[in-house]
Amino acid sequence: MQSNAALEYDYTVAKLFTYTTIVFGLVGMLIGTLIAAQMAFPELNYLLGEYGTFSRLRPLHTNVVIYGFMLSGIWATGYYFMQRVLKVSMAESKLAMFLGKFHFVVYLVIATGMVVSLFMGITTTKEYAQMEWPLDILVVVVWVTWGLWMFTLIGIRREKALYISVWYYIATFLGVAMLYLFNNMEVPTYFASGGVGAITHSVSMYAGTNDAMVQWWWGHNAVAFVFTVPIVGMIYYFLPKESGQAVYSYKLSLLSFWGLMFVYLWAGGHHLLWSTVPDWVQTMASIFSVILILPSWGSAINMLLTMKGEWNQLTENPIIKFLILASTFYMLSTLEGPIQAVKSVNAIAHFTDWIPGHVHDGVLGWVAFMVFSGLYHMAPRIFKREIYSKSLIEAQFWIQTTAVVLYFTSMWIAGITQGMMWRAVDEYGNLMYSFIDTVTVLHPYYAIRALAGVLFMIGLVMFAYNMIMTMAASKKLTEEPQFRSPMA
Amino acid sequence: MFHWLEKNPFFFAVGVFLVIAFAGLVTILPNFAESARPLKGLKPYTVLELAGKNVYMKDQCIACHSQLIRPFKAETDRYGQYSLSGEYAYDRPFLWGSKRTGPDLHRVGNYRTTDWHENHMWEPTSVVPGSIMPAYKHQFTNIADIATAYAEAVTVKNVFKTPYGNDIQPGVKAFEAYKPKVLAEAKKIAADMKNKDVKDAVAAGKIPEIVALIAYLNRLK
Repeated sequence: MQSNAALEYDYTVAKLFTYTTIVFGLVGMLIGTLIAAQMAFPELNYLLGEYGTFSRLRPLHTNVVIYGFMLSGIWATGYYFMQRVLKVSMAESKLAMFLGKFHFVVYLVIATGMVVSLFMGITTTKEYAQMEWPLDILVVVVWVTWGLWMFTLIGIRREKALYISVWYYIATFLGVAMLYLFNNMEVPTYFASGGVGAITHSVSMYAGTNDAMVQWWWGHNAVAFVFTVPIVGMIYYFLPKESGQAVYSYKLSLLSFWGLMFVYLWAGGHHLLWSTVPDWVQTMASIFSVILILPSWGSAINMLLTMKGEWNQLTENPIIKFLILASTFYMLSTLEGPIQAVKSVNAIAHFTDWIPGHVHDGVLGWVAFMVFSGLYHMAPRIFKREIYSKSLIEAQFWIQTTAVVLYFTSMWIAGITQGMMWRAVDEYGNLMYSFIDTVTVLHPYYAIRALAGVLFMIGLVMFAYNMIMTMAASKKLTEEPQFRSPMA
Repeated sequence: MFHWLEKNPFFFAVGVFLVIAFAGLVTILPNFAESARPLKGLKPYTVLELAGKNVYMKDQCIACHSQLIRPFKAETDRYGQYSLSGEYAYDRPFLWGSKRTGPDLHRVGNYRTTDWHENHMWEPTSVVPGSIMPAYKHQFTNIADIATAYAEAVTVKNVFKTPYGNDIQPGVKAFEAYKPKVLAEAKKIAADMKNKDVKDAVAAGKIPEIVALIAYLNRLK
């Protein structure tokens, strides 16, 4: 049907999002490292006056890494592989090109607004939905634009059957759209009060327990549809491409995809165990969290088995190292989550450092590693140069792996220590420790975690340097590499 | 069926949407009305308390403090009666938090005083040796945004039928008329404080953030 001549894909937008991935990664993780250090050394709270306290910076860290680094990474890779699996170039459609560029511009506006407003303390405080209503409206614009772009490209595709990665990106689009819209229902007070007070302020449509339910229906599924669904989509594209191996099982990918879609949304309530939400909701959330192991491990095992017979690549290619360790961390994280969702475990784990520990073995070990491997794989293909340094990737891999292990092990110990101390009673049944005892005891673990942050940051700087040198100074390629990415 | 769906993106998207939307409907809707009911006798936050809640949000106290006492003996011994759904009926947004780097605050008004909070926010280690909480000295000079808090009271009264009195009305004029009541409440708090700048500001008709925040914290019982 079509000619055999390779299509000339257009990577303008993929490149733009690649740049923002690097920039937001550096900014977001630098703030993260700073706030980790603040917990061990509180004097660091006073570097920026009112704007530099742990509490002001914490949402800035989460928002910049999630909506800056991760989303940029998801879009950089999306604008790259969508064209390739649909066998259509963005250059073929003026509309697709316009939507892509418009998407990027509005995204930059939001990201800037987000950083400024969170620094100023303008926030709704709902986790991962802190942006106030004017930015929320722009988020809807950006999201719809991205969806339109995706469906425009799908509309003119040459490859009729949608590849697995595309399923996951469509699901990301729909899931976040639904959840974000409902969770951010808010009434701007300025307009509802006849023009009194700040124009940016709003109140939530829901109160108390209901607000908590809707928030964690969103909060947990932001994890689902930003940290998991598109990232699984990425690994389904990049692992086969980089290794030259076909995906192990189509049936397993089907089961994992539809299973994940159905089960994930139930699990939000596990953030609210032992709270005032109805008991039956808590129990359902607990049960579905455990069931969630199946579709999660389904994808991860499918990826590991894709390497069957080709495990030697693990020693030869550092990008494969990143990809394989990422799916391994995904397995760890998706086993740890359900354990924490068991009510008796949650009674100890909730509110402690075990939770950020769990989050970070997922986001650093799984999401960040996937973003790195995706961008490394893309670099020779979009910049038409070989990767600047293989040994730098190797070094980055080991430094960051050490960082992730230090992070979650220290936080496991810290969390369980604190959880046990909160409930410890003496022989007469009185509480054994005052609250401050349970804080000071954590100092060594906070120091280790800060060190982990510094190590991860060093690896990130290596990544940024390697990418920039690849763009600017690496050897030019005459033709596109087929599988394994060329590196010096 | 799946092969067919993969070639028909529209129906694929519809299928995905149905599968993911299902859980939300089933878990959130059934108890929605019940969960929105206030506890009998629960009073809405005063305008000053709302301003304090907004300071609590602006400085993100929620990053380290929860407002949810779970039904365990260890928690009720430490913090008091476990939390009830109806107590939160006027909390927009809910401020349960997800991390206890510091202790729970849902009933902090029962066991801490204005004086304690003043010392604590100025220099946490002066009352809690070993504390890793930063000082919030800027709250002593920043002026609280009373207008926005008033606008919030008007909004929840008119949109969500929160039971405020007839003196809470839309418009800048109504706000100007209401302001002295907020100041009177602030003066009561400032009377128990010792910081001179704060006292001077309140005497001059301005309300520093710390005063509003303490009003809010004292209300948490």
